[in-house]
Amino acid sequence: MRSYEYYKPQTMQEAVGLMDRLEDAKFIAGGTDVMVLLRQKKLALKNLISLRNIGDLVYIDKKDGLKIGSATTHTEIVKDEFIKRFYSALNDATTHLGSRQIRNVATVGGNICNAAPSADTACPLLVLDAKVIIVGQKGEREVDIDDFFLGPNKIALERGEIVKGFHMPQFGDNTGSAYIKHTRRQAMDLPMIGIGARITIKIGKSEVRCRDALCTIDTISNVLARLQDEELEIEDARIAMGVVAPRPIRAKQAEAALKGKVVSEKLFREIGEIAATEAQPRDSIRGEAWYRKEMVKVLVRRALMRSIDRVIRPDDTIYPERLW
Amino acid sequence: MKKAITFTLNNEVIETEVDPKWTLLYLLREVLEMTGTKEGCGYGECGACTVIINGQAVDSCLYPVMEAEGRKITTIEGIMLKSGELDPIQQALVQNGAVQCGFCTPGMVMSAKALLDEKERPTEDDIKDSIAGNLCRCTGYVNIVDAIKSVAGGR
Repeated sequence: MRSYEYYKPQTMQEAVGLMDRLEDAKFIAGGTDVMVLLRQKKLALKNLISLRNIGDLVYIDKKDGLKIGSATTHTEIVKDEFIKRFYSALNDATTHLGSRQIRNVATVGGNICNAAPSADTACPLLVLDAKVIIVGQKGEREVDIDDFFLGPNKIALERGEIVKGFHMPQFGDNTGSAYIKHTRRQAMDLPMIGIGARITIKIGKSEVRCRDALCTIDTISNVLARLQDEELEIEDARIAMGVVAPRPIRAKQAEAALKGKVVSEKLFREIGEIAATEAQPRDSIRGEAWYRKEMVKVLVRRALMRSIDRVIRPDDTIYPERLW
Repeated sequence: MKKAITFTLNNEVIETEVDPKWTLLYLLREVLEMTGTKEGCGYGECGACTVIINGQAVDSCLYPVMEAEGRKITTIEGIMLKSGELDPIQQALVQNGAVQCGFCTPGMVMSAKALLDEKERPTEDDIKDSIAGNLCRCTGYVNIVDAIKSVAGGR
């Protein structure tokens, strides 16, 4: 392995200054991507600038929405009950990423900035309308996460800039979200397909919570069938798809088709079909394109069902896992 | 260029000179000659190199040695009881026949230790989750999970 220097700045300004000054340098956070690339000799550089010791990059702030620092580890996100309840998709994604050893060091900022099409936290941040807060020599700027991904391993970050964090708006009880990672193994696998969804329903006179004991144990299909007369109207929806394009993308036509409609399983099935037309997966060792496309239909429906389930049954909710 | 770093290893303060390109695993095995921690894949897939850093299980093969500075690190050599006996987790692995070739065992022990230090009564799912990043190609995982469960249940 080629030799390199290792810098440990304590503040954001110091880190940005180092990047400006040093040649052939790269930022490293948890290192679970960078260290592997170095070892595989796919990356050669003279300087590594560590973001692990900058306290200002580690925070989970729950005032007016949710603000997460870029150097926050996946383990810290998994543990957070507030995120599990109101930003469930993010909990889904971080819970099943890598192994415990990886989650203990890997950061959410690193996952996003590595910008793999399969990045697990990308779909949740896309459906949760995250803004990327970027710090550079000239100060702070904000980019919509949808504009942040440019391609495989390419992001809208100028040289010398770092991502400070991700800020998401506040969601109420009428919002549910989910992320489903489709893998061959249950652990330590990258997604063959990753689907994120969020549904916000209109708060009207309709009562959406469970009213009888049966509702709490029944399948969401049956619950939805029984709630049909309530006409739960979808106010806003997001669908994001991973590994179906060079970058994590939103299924915007499918999202538009959801808006203003009344929730039903039949509708979600149609939405899955629309989302599949927006997906352009390719053949790879993890799965063939035709299969991935078929699975988009299934997983979009499931992710939407899971999201609405979390609105209707938030308490016993989220877990234990039900059969969707 | 070598750099001096100071950290706590198995409750002992260590001052040593390191090359910034080393991983923590390299320092442990090749320099400090503590070969209990194993190198399997070197890519963070197998967990044979698991150590505990500030209370959390971490793959030492992906851990830049410079980050060890000021942190508290425990390896398999450091978990033996003061009386010289095996740690309860190690004993349980022996009693449950959970060791065959033994290569994954130090990593398994460290992952289990991190879990049991954090959670008094872990569920079976917690146990499986905690060793999901530790590959064992001999025994299968049933005996290992049983062993960890017996420690959790016995205290």
